[in-house]
Amino acid sequence: MDETFSFVFLMLASTLRVATPLVLCAMGGLFSEKGGIVDVGLEGKMLMAAFFAAATASVTGSAWAGVAAAVLAAEALALLHGLACITYRGNQVVSGVAINILAAGLTVVLGAAWFARGGQTPALVGDQRLMPLFLPGAGDNVLVYAALLSVPLTWWIVARTRFGLRLRAVGEMPLAVDAAGLSVAWLRYRAVLLCGLLAGLAGAYLSIGQNAGFSRDMTAGQGFIALAAIIFGKWRPLPAFGACLIFGLLDAIAIRLQGVRVPGLGEVPVQLIQAMPYLLTMFLLAGFIGRAVAPKAAGVPYEKEH
Amino acid sequence: MKVRRRSLPGPLPIWAEIVLLPLVNIALAFIIVGVIVAIIGVDPFHALRLLVVGAVGSSESIGYTLYYATNFTFTGLAVAVAFHAGLFNIGGEGQAYIGGLGCGLAVLALDRWLPAWLLVPIAIAAAALFGAAWAAVPAWLQAWRGSHIVITTIMFNFVASALMVYLMVNVLIAPGSMTPQSRTFAPSGRIPAMHDVLQAVGIAVAPSALNLSIVLALACCVAVWVFLWHTPWGYALRTMGHNPEAAVYAGTNLRRMTMVAMCLSGALAGFVGVNELMGVHHRIVLDFPAGYGFAGIAVALMGRSHPLGIVLAALLFGALQQGGAELAFEIPSITREMVVVIQGLIILFSGALAHLPRPWLQALLVRRA
Amino acid sequence: MQALTPAAAAIELRGIDKSFGVVHAVRGVSLRIEPGTITGIVGENGAGKSTLMSILYGLYRADAGEIRVGGQPVEMASPRDAIAHGIGMVHQHFMLIDTFTVLENMVLGAEGGLLLAGGLAAARAELARLARDYGLSVDPDARVADLSVGEQQRVEILKVLFRGARILILDEPSAVLTPQETDRLFDILRTLKDRGVTVILITHKLREIMAVTDRVHVMRQGRIVAERRTRDTGSEELAELMVGRKVRLDLDKVPSRRGEILLRTEHLSLVDDRGVRLLDDVGIELRAGEIVGIAGVTGNGQSELLQVLAGIRAPSDGRLTVCGHVVDADHPGNPAEMRALGLAHVPEDRLRQGMVAAFQASETSILGYQDGPPFTRHYLLDGPAVGAHCAELMERFDVRPRSPGLRSSHFSGGNQQKLVLAREIARRPKVLLVGQPTRGVDIGAIEFIHRELVKARDAGCAVLVVSVELDEILSLADRILVMFAGRIVGEVEPGRADERTLGLMMAGAEAA
Repeated sequence: MDETFSFVFLMLASTLRVATPLVLCAMGGLFSEKGGIVDVGLEGKMLMAAFFAAATASVTGSAWAGVAAAVLAAEALALLHGLACITYRGNQVVSGVAINILAAGLTVVLGAAWFARGGQTPALVGDQRLMPLFLPGAGDNVLVYAALLSVPLTWWIVARTRFGLRLRAVGEMPLAVDAAGLSVAWLRYRAVLLCGLLAGLAGAYLSIGQNAGFSRDMTAGQGFIALAAIIFGKWRPLPAFGACLIFGLLDAIAIRLQGVRVPGLGEVPVQLIQAMPYLLTMFLLAGFIGRAVAPKAAGVPYEKEH
Repeated sequence: MKVRRRSLPGPLPIWAEIVLLPLVNIALAFIIVGVIVAIIGVDPFHALRLLVVGAVGSSESIGYTLYYATNFTFTGLAVAVAFHAGLFNIGGEGQAYIGGLGCGLAVLALDRWLPAWLLVPIAIAAAALFGAAWAAVPAWLQAWRGSHIVITTIMFNFVASALMVYLMVNVLIAPGSMTPQSRTFAPSGRIPAMHDVLQAVGIAVAPSALNLSIVLALACCVAVWVFLWHTPWGYALRTMGHNPEAAVYAGTNLRRMTMVAMCLSGALAGFVGVNELMGVHHRIVLDFPAGYGFAGIAVALMGRSHPLGIVLAALLFGALQQGGAELAFEIPSITREMVVVIQGLIILFSGALAHLPRPWLQALLVRRA
Repeated sequence: MQALTPAAAAIELRGIDKSFGVVHAVRGVSLRIEPGTITGIVGENGAGKSTLMSILYGLYRADAGEIRVGGQPVEMASPRDAIAHGIGMVHQHFMLIDTFTVLENMVLGAEGGLLLAGGLAAARAELARLARDYGLSVDPDARVADLSVGEQQRVEILKVLFRGARILILDEPSAVLTPQETDRLFDILRTLKDRGVTVILITHKLREIMAVTDRVHVMRQGRIVAERRTRDTGSEELAELMVGRKVRLDLDKVPSRRGEILLRTEHLSLVDDRGVRLLDDVGIELRAGEIVGIAGVTGNGQSELLQVLAGIRAPSDGRLTVCGHVVDADHPGNPAEMRALGLAHVPEDRLRQGMVAAFQASETSILGYQDGPPFTRHYLLDGPAVGAHCAELMERFDVRPRSPGLRSSHFSGGNQQKLVLAREIARRPKVLLVGQPTRGVDIGAIEFIHRELVKARDAGCAVLVVSVELDEILSLADRILVMFAGRIVGEVEPGRADERTLGLMMAGAEAA
């Protein structure tokens, strides 16, 4: 009984550890997508944030300074994305892809130049990391709670505030918003900035919360899994959160299932479980698990010529 | 019904659109990189000199530059063909990976029985087939289910990665090997290296990774050019890309054409496997797509999705890759990833911020009527 | 003389003038609209009525003239100004967010605070009040996507009233409504009038004018040509004023020699996913050697008819027989098949359907015909053959400049149209479908195009012309069919057609 309890506890803790950056990123991406700006660049923002968090924490000795730097870095990329997509009406996907590639390269270039460890930052100790708050050993630092909090907060902002109403409107029919006398661009910029904030927190968690430093490409596709979670959750905060937990659980299971024979199936390849989030999302997109309807105006630059 | 005039400025003269604007975009990317290099504490011009010398300074470096350019050509063509059909194929990484699997499997299965002149074409065809198949799934989902091709191709990149790791670790690993790679291909399954070929004709060049796949790349350029602008299917494909309603009017089946375009695209990306596995590594290895798929987007954008432009852009990127490697070697504080940064900036400026320099060029070039 | 007049006009326009480039859309229009009345503004396509109202609502700025609201001159720089002055507009294309509820759509832009809860509650109360006062009941928590079109329109009206509008402009409101919903709308308008709201109704349908308005202004070619009290006039007079006495372009036509039936439709119907009948039991016959003209105001099914005949859309019901080949809901045709049968199609919107702006003229000249000889031999496009073909077309149809290598978008509208027409006619088709042959085409090209259509007819082709320009139909057609609300409502011989009858049929009124 005790063993099952501790096993479940460990699985939950593990799930939460993995899910935290996903949740933060997913909520951030949700704001952007709800407002009609497709964000493929979550990965890049998170990576950049992770680097700056670790670098700053290492140099200043303060984890909080790291978090602040992470947010600033992610916001910088978010503004770039906003500039390209909103003001210059560029292709949103291309912009996102560019930001990912840029971040992947820049983090290593700067890391190698500043720390000369081939892209890694020095290992962080003590106060340079975010410490667990209540349950030592479970890794529940402040950002984990921030992630949990971000879900109802996101829901509340989108569903219960004036900004949320306008945001949803601008993602469905910017024309109606324009006709109501509101600024489409300003709304979208705010969405993009919110996205940057949350992606920044996600990145900070990765390098100074979950791990003890930055290593190259440490996001390892989690930005895309967050995107998958948004789609899987049909662009709603609570289901997206659920998707993040499922994906986190899958990851937790993957490690434990290695080498284990499941009756009837034989040995489950760990790669299959790793690929699960992506396969599931594709199933969803194919319409096999219900329909996923994106905000109608997502991906389309708004031209004021109706 | 214009309410407030906030539209972008009008078109520039043709030569400016095709040549000047892209050059300005590249220049902007380089300037920013120069700034970054300076921040790191290196003289940007010194770095630039090293880059250029590293790329074309010796026959060995030219060989490597061309070898890299081969891959960029394949993925650039792949993205370009899809662009012409109005589709965004971000799945080049996965399609290259699976294409490589295809040719690798063909070679592993047949290299003991068939001579090279039979095996190589078969393996190349297998690469095309497998690459096309990997692109066909997202294509089908887009055409028949309306699933956004950008998302599905990204997802499929990850699935390809997972699949390849699984296969390599569990199925294809060479007996007794510690790293996940297949057994070596027999000579009949290899594509001759360029320095060997030239040697046989009496020209001596330093060895490099450059191999005859470059001939395949050039052949593909010609084939794509002929297909897009000189066949009725290419015509229909371009019509769909410009104006789907006109394509319907003209009798094109949009769904079928989507499949055709994406399969061609996937096949072209698959040829990266031919270059890497049959031309260089001579075995199936992991991670050989190494970012070529994404860089293909930059190449296609810079080359305006035209084979000639793609060749030039691929050469530039190949030079950047090779020069960047040399630069990283010479100056320890600059890593190879600088090239990645340049790639990202070029995509940014050529794709998303392409209109940024317009107002200044407009002011410079367009006379008020 | 001013301050003591008890009833200042709700709206007064003086000398409003507006041009878009060379198009003089509104010419010196002056009118008064009295408060608490329903005023109709009626006219054909392109008469200027929508432009005029858009100026009043602040969507455009007039080049000259003055706007007065309630006797005071005002500046209309944007819809915000119009809303501030109590003017509200219900557009043809609703500005409603499908996924929102009625209440959410109402408050967008006027939420009354950072948090929604308070604003929504206040809006709910206000909505209830409006429903009571004006008899406009809609479920505030219903999703707009679930509402019928008539209900959605009611939401648009409520939105406008919610913002405090006392002057309501409705732009072709019944264009998307069924007859029953239209009657319901009229009841609402009458209630609004009783409550002192001023209503301006833009429409081309005379039945509506007669049913619900107090006064009517007739516009033609940018001017107000007449003003009547509705009870002093009737449909016949209005129709004549709308259409006017125009001079026909004399075409010198030989009488047509009709041959066999090449195209026939029986009970052709098309219903869209909302259940709206776009085509309703259409039965037409096209014979070789005749031009059949389809007259009617835009939006009455003509576009859909062309699409079905060309094989672009499949009918929901009924049959289409082209040169012996049958198309119906179970055997949908496609454009390539239709072309192979000898049908050619000049689409209504050449830029969106008939050509690719980025292609060179030579490429545009083979759109739809690129497969097979003479343009494709051994699987390759024969560049020289395509170029020669284009040059020949340009020569025959006087397309300028004579540059097959020039981008299609660089040709003027008239030359583009000539190129598209040339492409289709040069195939010597058995059946030729033409939509809006001279839209956006200059005078010189118009004459040329008309002559070519007659030449095709004389050579034995069956020609179907759809046009909103009545005089074009009158001069070209050997037989005239009038479409209204997806049905063929009448057939007339051009010799016996007069503007009055045609105008009545086009406007959906009963012909005497």
